[in-house]
Amino acid sequence: MIEIESATKVFGTGEAAFRALNAVNVTIAENEFFTLLGPSGCGKTTLLRLIAGFEPPTMGAIKLAGDDITRLRPAERPVNTVFQNYALFPHMSVAGNIAFGLEMLGKPKDEVDSTVAEMLRLVKMEELKDRRTSEISGGQQQRVALARALAPHPKVLLLDEPLSALDLKLRKEMQIELKRLQHETGITFVFVTHDQEEALTMSDRIAVMNGGEILQIGNPKEIYERPSARFVANFIGESNFLDATLKGGQVTLAAGGTFDVSVPDGVADGAVSVLLRPEHVAARAGAAQDGEIAATVDTVVYSGEATTLHLSLPTGEKVKAKIGNAPLGDGSLPKEGDSAALTVATGAITVLRD
Amino acid sequence: MAENSPLKTKARGYSVKTLPGFSVVALFTLVALYAPIVILVVYSFNQGTSLAVWEGFSLRWYQQAAANEAVQDAALRSLILAISAASVATVAATMAALATTRTRHFPGRTMIYALINQPLMVPEIVTAVALLIVFAAIKVWTGHTSMIYLIVAHTAFCVPFAYLPIRARLETMDNSLEAAAQDLYASRWLTFRRVTLPLMWPGIVAGLMLAFVISLDDVVITEFVKSAGQETLPTYMLGQLRRVVTPEVNAISTVILLAGAILVSLFFLLTNRRV
Ligand SMILES: Nc1ncnc2c1ncn2[C@@H]1O[C@H](COP(=O)(O)OP(=O)(O)OP(=O)(O)O)[C@@H](O)[C@H]1O
Ligand SMILES: [Mg+2]
Repeated sequence: MIEIESATKVFGTGEAAFRALNAVNVTIAENEFFTLLGPSGCGKTTLLRLIAGFEPPTMGAIKLAGDDITRLRPAERPVNTVFQNYALFPHMSVAGNIAFGLEMLGKPKDEVDSTVAEMLRLVKMEELKDRRTSEISGGQQQRVALARALAPHPKVLLLDEPLSALDLKLRKEMQIELKRLQHETGITFVFVTHDQEEALTMSDRIAVMNGGEILQIGNPKEIYERPSARFVANFIGESNFLDATLKGGQVTLAAGGTFDVSVPDGVADGAVSVLLRPEHVAARAGAAQDGEIAATVDTVVYSGEATTLHLSLPTGEKVKAKIGNAPLGDGSLPKEGDSAALTVATGAITVLRD
Repeated sequence: MAENSPLKTKARGYSVKTLPGFSVVALFTLVALYAPIVILVVYSFNQGTSLAVWEGFSLRWYQQAAANEAVQDAALRSLILAISAASVATVAATMAALATTRTRHFPGRTMIYALINQPLMVPEIVTAVALLIVFAAIKVWTGHTSMIYLIVAHTAFCVPFAYLPIRARLETMDNSLEAAAQDLYASRWLTFRRVTLPLMWPGIVAGLMLAFVISLDDVVITEFVKSAGQETLPTYMLGQLRRVVTPEVNAISTVILLAGAILVSLFFLLTNRRV
């Protein structure tokens, strides 16, 4: 559907030149919910603006359904945007905003009216259709922005952190609503967020970006469970990074214990860094026995559904273990200062490329 | 950290009101500003010919001014001049404001601000003398002496006054609105017609009114540029002051004051209105 071929964007010239995107390659499939995830300033908005046509790429090409659209103006692309600040027209009503794109496409009046009515129903805004956009709440504005962008039925919808201004509860509702809309309309969504949980729950696939580059593309499970780079692992979820030695498809932790692992491309036998998610570590009080790793408890942090133990290994490495809380607590968790024995779940260890 | 946060300093309540002498200076300024105006308005209703002795209420000077052909002529010229100059200046200022806010930063943009605002910075008398010299040469050369010189001169010094509110309006307007319009298939022209223009409209009207008032009020440049017999209301009044002073001048001033006050109030209403 969308192919982005080694897109590079350089802002400024000479000394002040800044490379906001560096040879980005992505292919986004039809009807996919594709998320760009990354820290502030990594180039997410820049990539969206390239797809929408607000900026030309410095190098590279953008294709839509096989056609090169790199040089087309925004008005010539069947792509619509939900802006981060919504950018609703303040001098038009809710219905007027939604009708705008259809009117610009020169659709006949009755078709405009029926599509607007359908969109209002879709985003549940029928009651407020005559209000000014300054007279509706943030969540309602967001729905209008969505309806306005969906009304011309674009091939691709770009959403730039559309939920970031909403409070947590509304945000959760809108996440579900967005997923529903995407299913109902069959439109390809390119969604930008820097909220990892939002990315994991909503996306078909996620591209994790940093410093103008895409580090990894994969479905949420792959991204969370098999991050290829330390940055990706660190950005998504909680992580323990441990030193280990890789030899013939097995790693041996510096702190003890040997595990079967899958080895990513381009990683040779020798010293490696591995990822171990805190929820994949179990801990009990007492001395370590065979297959267990010895540790001492530094602190215990209770956080409602789980308790996190901060532990020190004999090698000096620090490890977190996140343990789900049993009803009323079973009292078997080690206390601060105790020795503990750690067990690592099978398949929990991921070898990182860097 | 919290010690010197800006909120904290504000909350501590520093106020100019507590400065010694504040109320005296404030009172003096108010009196100096408004007392003469009040006196001017009051004496425009004087029955007698004096500007200093109250002889009872009458509308006689208003009637006399209205019946005075020289006043009618000057008033009509002032209106035509202010309307033409303000309109042309507003169109120019609108284009200048768009060019200085709706384009990428280009080298020389600061220079352009300075150029547009030049009439605010150069003393009016200097502009007046410069225009006098140039226009006098043109008048001799072409033999043409219509009001066009006044219109050109007024347009020139009205531009920055029209420009400022329009630019202020554009600067508070989110650029992404125009991006959104283009994203929704609007051509450049339709983006301007349907989004930019309606949103900047209050700024344009404000600029137009400000330019109108400024033109209506001008004495110095008009006095230097006008040809014989081309009196505007202000220059007519100035001429009158050299001869006999009657409350007729007060009556004309009061009418101009009223017109100006109405326009300036509308200006503030428009510029403070959120869309
Ligand atoms: N017009 C521009 N001129 C110069 N630099 C720019 C311009 N637009 C963006 N940049 C720079 O490019 C980098 C990427 O910006 P971008 O807006 O794409 O970040 P982002 O990933 O969307 O961040 P955020 O999560 O904060 O929105 C930033 O360092 C930014 O400063
Ligand atoms: Mg952004």
